[in-house]
Amino acid sequence: MVSGKWHQASNGLIQTGFLLLLAAFSLLPWSEARAVLTIEITKGVETGVPIAIVPFGFEVLKPPHNVSDVIQADLTRSGRFSVLSRKDFVATPHEDKEVVFKDWRVIKAEALVIGSVRPAGPGKFQVQFRLYDVFKETQLAGFRYTVSADKLRSVAHQISDIIHEKLTGELGSFNTHIAYITREEGRKGTPVYNKLQVADSDGYGSQTIVRSVEPLMSPAWSPDGTRLAYVSFEDRRAKVYIQNISDGRREMIAEFKGINSAPAWSPDGRRLALTLSRDGNAEIYVLRLDDRALKRLTYDPSIDTEPSWSPDGRYLVFTSDRAGGPQIYRMSADGGSAERLTFEGDYNARASYAADGKSLALVSRQDGSYRISALRLDTGAFQVLTDTSLDESPSFAPNGRIIIYATEVRGHGVLASVSADGRVRQLYKFEEGDVREPAWSPYNRELQYKE
Amino acid sequence: MKSGSLLAVSFVLSFILAGCAGEEAVKSKEDSSRGTPAETMPADGKGEAAGSGLSEQEKQKAQKMADLLAQHRIHFAFDSSSIDNESRAIIEAHAQNLKANPQIKVALEGNCDERGTREYNLALGERRAQAVEKLMKVLGVAANRVSTVSFGEEKGLCAEHNESCWRQNRRVEIVYK
Repeated sequence: MVSGKWHQASNGLIQTGFLLLLAAFSLLPWSEARAVLTIEITKGVETGVPIAIVPFGFEVLKPPHNVSDVIQADLTRSGRFSVLSRKDFVATPHEDKEVVFKDWRVIKAEALVIGSVRPAGPGKFQVQFRLYDVFKETQLAGFRYTVSADKLRSVAHQISDIIHEKLTGELGSFNTHIAYITREEGRKGTPVYNKLQVADSDGYGSQTIVRSVEPLMSPAWSPDGTRLAYVSFEDRRAKVYIQNISDGRREMIAEFKGINSAPAWSPDGRRLALTLSRDGNAEIYVLRLDDRALKRLTYDPSIDTEPSWSPDGRYLVFTSDRAGGPQIYRMSADGGSAERLTFEGDYNARASYAADGKSLALVSRQDGSYRISALRLDTGAFQVLTDTSLDESPSFAPNGRIIIYATEVRGHGVLASVSADGRVRQLYKFEEGDVREPAWSPYNRELQYKE
Repeated sequence: MKSGSLLAVSFVLSFILAGCAGEEAVKSKEDSSRGTPAETMPADGKGEAAGSGLSEQEKQKAQKMADLLAQHRIHFAFDSSSIDNESRAIIEAHAQNLKANPQIKVALEGNCDERGTREYNLALGERRAQAVEKLMKVLGVAANRVSTVSFGEEKGLCAEHNESCWRQNRRVEIVYK
């Protein structure tokens, strides 16, 4: 057996400074509203915290930039709240001094959100919000933000995250992004475009990162959320690239003989696990990004692919058909022997870790249908979370509470999400063609605008 | 690409016909002892001209070869890269064609149906292409004449979600260059 030590990758790895001209990033957010979706709750529970969200005062912008509407949609979607109907409100306070807690106890609200959005100079807005505990009659949070119009949705998602954290004790993941691949049939005679897109976690504000007539695959976020690794067939075969989201600058990462696929970032962002068949068979490798040193981790005549790092960086889980059909295995991130993790059913693939490292989301075949499932690593408990038939590409939200995935509805690829306990499901309805391969970003470390 | 493969078919046909002509003396003796099978052929002027001087058996052989070479898709069972007998005959014909025409090269493009995961299917498509490549090498085709590529489930021929569509998509395409 070949020793698994680092050796320098030989053939044409680096083509730095490869600048790709991208679709322009519009400065007017409402011009991007075309890609906007509606979210339909396909399975829900009414056991969340009853919360009243008063429409914010002075809001002049209509949806999709209406702050209180965005907050309401976020909290509804999370499944952790029962958002009370505005029809039942007996008052519409916007300021602290206007709040009468009795008005809210009457409609059985446990939490109350009020706020305002005031113009604050050219193109700027000042957003204020307060969150109250209705029974204790206390304020739980209150912040003021001064931002440009194109940041209003981001502020709304930040407010949703604060509310989520104050009321559930867990971080929210609303102020994050999703990356995904679309395939759009143009008008007759125009090419079919594959696009790598990035949008807000609720699907709004999509931006095209890459557009190609050849397939695109496997978007993967860098841990700092600034770059995406992906697979492009633009040279008529699968090669791996890394691209900056902000300026579109990209680098060729792997163009070895055979397939170059399934990029996965190490938690420290310094290495990329990959599937390469440069030695003849699909095996898992780790590429150190600073010096391009490549290390082969698997040595098995079967297919080994779909690596995913444990959050502590010590392990990789991956898919292998070494026992016949595809199953999930775990090995040290330095290579060595692999331990089989899945035994339920004859097809388990594309596992990825939750942020706490305690469970995996994966695709599992159940009675001929491909469904999103969760495996608890501590107890071995296996739970099928969906009941559709062509589900794939599960990706955890950074708080581990929601899994976004791709499925098929009436012949079209769509995105959907399911809560990690399987109780709440939603369908993202994009206006674009087929949508697939969602990847949820890490927490947004962008400047927070709180004051 | 299409004209290239037609060209390839005509190359191999001329090869077969030439090869058969050399064996004619021996075979025609056997044939004449069994009667005159040529008369059972349809009265097709074109076929008659192409096959002139050939026995019925040889014509059938050439026709079978041409039929096999006209097929450029090798199909597979789900999650499998095994080659069945029907597919083997197609691959043998293309291997013979490659050996007879040293100037031609082929690309083997592996594909999968939509079921299962995309990255696994990319590897599975490659394994299918490699299975065809391996057989061609066993049949005597030089390694530098054949290349493989996998498109996984990204280049389906058929977009419906049923077995008839899935079967069409589980394939290796033999593409003449």
